[in-house]
Amino acid sequence: MFFVMIFVIFVVSFQAQRPQRIISLVPALTEMLFAIGAGPQVVAVSSFDEYPPEATKLPRVGALLDPDTERIISLTPDLVVTYGSQVDLQAQMKRAAITTFDYRHGGLAHIMTTMRELGARTGHVAEAETAATGIEVRIAAVRARVAGKPRPRVLLVFGREPRSLRNIYVSAGRGFLHDMLEAAGGQDVFADADRESIQATTEHILARAPDVILELRSENIPDESALREELGPWGRLASVPAVRNKRVILLTGQAVTVPGPRVADGIERMAKALHP
Amino acid sequence: MNVRRRMITVVSAYAVFAAAVMVWAPTVGSTDISLSKAFDRSIPWDQNVDAQIFFVARLPRVLSGAIVGASLASAGVVLQAMLRNPLATPFTLGVSAGAALGAMIAIAIGLDLGAMGVSSVPIASFAGSLVAIAIVYFLASSQKRGLSTNVLLLAGVTLNSFFSALILFVQYMADFTQSFRAVRWLMGDLDVGSYSPILAAIPFIVAAFAVFAILPRTLNLLTMGENVAAARGVEVIRAQRWAFLSASLATGAAVSLGGPIGFIGIVVPHLVRLMVGSDHRIVLPAATLFGAAFTVLCDLTARTIMAPMELPVGIITALIGGPFFLWLLVKKS
Repeated sequence: MFFVMIFVIFVVSFQAQRPQRIISLVPALTEMLFAIGAGPQVVAVSSFDEYPPEATKLPRVGALLDPDTERIISLTPDLVVTYGSQVDLQAQMKRAAITTFDYRHGGLAHIMTTMRELGARTGHVAEAETAATGIEVRIAAVRARVAGKPRPRVLLVFGREPRSLRNIYVSAGRGFLHDMLEAAGGQDVFADADRESIQATTEHILARAPDVILELRSENIPDESALREELGPWGRLASVPAVRNKRVILLTGQAVTVPGPRVADGIERMAKALHP
Repeated sequence: MNVRRRMITVVSAYAVFAAAVMVWAPTVGSTDISLSKAFDRSIPWDQNVDAQIFFVARLPRVLSGAIVGASLASAGVVLQAMLRNPLATPFTLGVSAGAALGAMIAIAIGLDLGAMGVSSVPIASFAGSLVAIAIVYFLASSQKRGLSTNVLLLAGVTLNSFFSALILFVQYMADFTQSFRAVRWLMGDLDVGSYSPILAAIPFIVAAFAVFAILPRTLNLLTMGENVAAARGVEVIRAQRWAFLSASLATGAAVSLGGPIGFIGIVVPHLVRLMVGSDHRIVLPAATLFGAAFTVLCDLTARTIMAPMELPVGIITALIGGPFFLWLLVKKS
């Protein structure tokens, strides 16, 4: 009887600690919360949240640069997920005695670490473990499939002025995009630059001669002719092997651009593009 | 030495310098290329990396740098003389702010149109500069007695702040990647990636330079004051109108090609004046040539100094131009 009481007290106090009203200001972490079963506890999200569909129905309270502190407090949250650089907001939350979960983008492994941390903070340890392990297993499967295959040298483009070769932003030697590409069996041509991204000049792209140009876009391209027009400008760099061998590939959708639980989809799609 | 001979000597010296810079600049970069291979016609184009680096990556950059530098420097000379204000720059009269607003809107709404190989951002920014020119021009000429330089200056400065506020608004409404692109655009970028934007800008710049070519004598008189100029037979209002329109057109075309690269329009004219005196028959062509060389050299620094990272050229022009100008000022006084 005594032990049962202890157990009940333990469970009740654990339940009391478990946040019931979570606000997430980081879209990638909103996705994680829903993926680990903490979705029903989320009461508001950022203005940029688009996934999962349930999240889009929740009230929006600003984002990285413009969090609406007043609305956040009025929603009486017991946990606010903030980005690491939102120090003013974190200070205000502390004054209002609201705990925060501070996050910064990191590499690929950091996604799973963050999911497990969120699981511990929201009372979904087991589900977070299952979700994170599921992603890890899928990534390991991709790694196993591409192991031993020749690794093409890839230019991973995530930003470019439409219909031109200006302002080309590419992934470099750090960060989740670089890790995703590496897991998918590609070799980043700018891996030597110890940064998450750089602006690549046409000269560097010509000199580094990538075998594949992989371009990522959040939004979809409507049809074939629009796609041809989008990728057309690459034709100017005729000496680049990717252009010569028609291996300029566009991957669309948030799975390839958001460092969240859909990252395994992104890696699988990258691997399929690189090793068809 | 008479003026004509001095003009020929000085201007040809500047021309040789600018030509030397423009021949040398495409041969250096972050990668080593072999010039003999680049010009070897026997190697197929799609296998000749050196030729592509030379003709696709570097030459358009050097050309656009030269065009932007020449336009901004000469527009600076013309506007400083016309407004009789040594602090005037091509960006004083709101033209570049209009161009920037056009570019910001194109970036923020993801405008996707293209014409003749030119993408939406340069087109929108040129359109923005034309709108700004029209607004300033009509404000300044609404008074019966013609173009008023005071009104011109005030209208330009006000339009600048007004457009800047609109730019901030557009940026604030845009999402992160768009506002980063917008901020990056404001730092200037000459890696145009093809010849089409250069070809598109050339007609406007040639038109502006054609007007500049007949301006120097008038500018010399205008700097002495409108009354003096009028007494010597200058049609002041007409001259000012042409000076304003041509300088603005050159600025608009240059900004839409390379972004609002700062300091060229103020440092180069003053630097050249410190070196060759104040006769616009010499200053205007000399500043045009020096502006081209200066911008190409700054861009050369921008693309090589931190390779494979690229520095925005506007940061280099400010870092080199600012201190050098201050040093010359101190030395001269």
